[in-house]
Amino acid sequence: MSDATRAEICAVAIAECFRDDGETLMSAFGTTPTVGGRLAKLTFSPDLFMTDGTATAAETVPPLGGEHGPDVVKGAWMPFRLFFDNVVWTTRRHAMMMASQIDRFGNQNFACIGPHEKPKAQLLGMRGAPGNTIYHRTSYFVPNHTAKVFVEKVDVVSGVGYDRAAELGEATSRYHDIHRVVSNLGVFDFETPDHSMRLVSVHPDVSVDQVLENTGFELAHDQVVPETRLPSDEESHLIRDFLDPKGLINKEIPV
Amino acid sequence: MDKRTTEREVVAELKDGMTIGIGGWGSRRKPMSLVREILRSDLKDLTIVTYGGPDVGLLCKYGKVKKLIYGFVSLDSIPLEPHFRQARQAGGFQAGELDEGMLQWGLRAAAHKLPFLPVRAGLGSDVVSVNPDFKTVRSPYQDGEELIAMPALELDVALIHMNRADVSGNGQFLGPDPYFDDLFCHAAKRRFMSCEKIVETQDFQKEGSVHTVSINRLMVDGVIEAPGGAHFTECTPDYGRDEAFQKEYASTAKDPDAWAAFKKRYLEVSEAEYQEAVKSR
Repeated sequence: MSDATRAEICAVAIAECFRDDGETLMSAFGTTPTVGGRLAKLTFSPDLFMTDGTATAAETVPPLGGEHGPDVVKGAWMPFRLFFDNVVWTTRRHAMMMASQIDRFGNQNFACIGPHEKPKAQLLGMRGAPGNTIYHRTSYFVPNHTAKVFVEKVDVVSGVGYDRAAELGEATSRYHDIHRVVSNLGVFDFETPDHSMRLVSVHPDVSVDQVLENTGFELAHDQVVPETRLPSDEESHLIRDFLDPKGLINKEIPV
Repeated sequence: MDKRTTEREVVAELKDGMTIGIGGWGSRRKPMSLVREILRSDLKDLTIVTYGGPDVGLLCKYGKVKKLIYGFVSLDSIPLEPHFRQARQAGGFQAGELDEGMLQWGLRAAAHKLPFLPVRAGLGSDVVSVNPDFKTVRSPYQDGEELIAMPALELDVALIHMNRADVSGNGQFLGPDPYFDDLFCHAAKRRFMSCEKIVETQDFQKEGSVHTVSINRLMVDGVIEAPGGAHFTECTPDYGRDEAFQKEYASTAKDPDAWAAFKKRYLEVSEAEYQEAVKSR
């Protein structure tokens, strides 16, 4: 019997998103994505490249909050302009961003709720999402999966989805690659004929119906949907004893 | 040439409706003493171009902004700038929101005196619909790719803050990141640089390598010595962000009485009185 928490299962599912990336900059925003991305680097994706969150590459993996600790080996200089020049626009990055809204084709919004000219709620803004999604692989993390987040149509498109990328034509969309979405209920991808979202796995103790009820659009899924895998003993140990000894991810996903 | 000047002289040069670029990034190394001087002035209808932090929050709160051209507005440790958020939700100014990288490209086009630079970032997103005046260009080569023609962001004035400067306008950053301060200077007609401390030219390399003198005197028209001039944003290694002060500033967004008190204590005073009030907390 595993005593893994939902957040730990999500962290492993996030790590899995970065499994085949090789020598790529792993950028993960949010507490659980940070733990998940670093877990991948500590286990099956050792070549992942990461920063200390400021202006330098971190060549050893720090725990949450330990980015500037004395044990972290600093590598190349990575100020914001080199981040654009050397990483984003050379396509050598996989970012996991949050989504306040996401639709069936992976259009993401964390800019604002309501019309852009006078929003009901100003959120983060577009930030780098338009450039990220058109230049390199992107995944999303949603800690609160509801029909208000998984919506038929997002209010504002900050991250570009598959339908909009297709309209841009092959040349412009050749680096566009929305890889996966990990929520507190399951794991999703876009590997369907029309690149609409598909349920890949449900987390233990979550039913397919529960996911469908909390999704505001028609979600593709197989007849039998597997369960998201549990953390291995090594992964549990790395999460609990090294990456996140305070268990902060369990506050982000409290189940 | 001795280019020393003061915040007051710089702001006296500014006019209503000007386009002003502000260096730094979020709540990091912002020319806040210059921003505070703008708050004290009668200036209005400004177009502000920046990677925004509390500079934007304050200018919006004071109703100085007609149009904002920005990659984001954040206080870093407080992800959403609450005063900016309030102003956006009130629809108080025109929001020319860009992808972070597009802003760099617009500044670069202006710096290189080009009308535009082609950019892929932004295509497919609503950056296009919120900037309806942006046009596209088609690659003349075989790929035929259609890209955004990011227009040059030509600035009337650039304001930046550095750790060290000399009187002739060479400037040095001692923190980890130069941000885009050089591009703001290149994109502007008039360029003003505040600094923590004015030093002799031969002393730059006592504190940092030659690579840290990123601003040369061709890029600067006026130098202001402003110790604490970036407060409450960070200006490492001279000082970190004043998180307690920033929290206090942020908390005034929802409380008109607290805002009135904050304004009276910190903003309706001279820069010297501001610095004194900060120290005496």
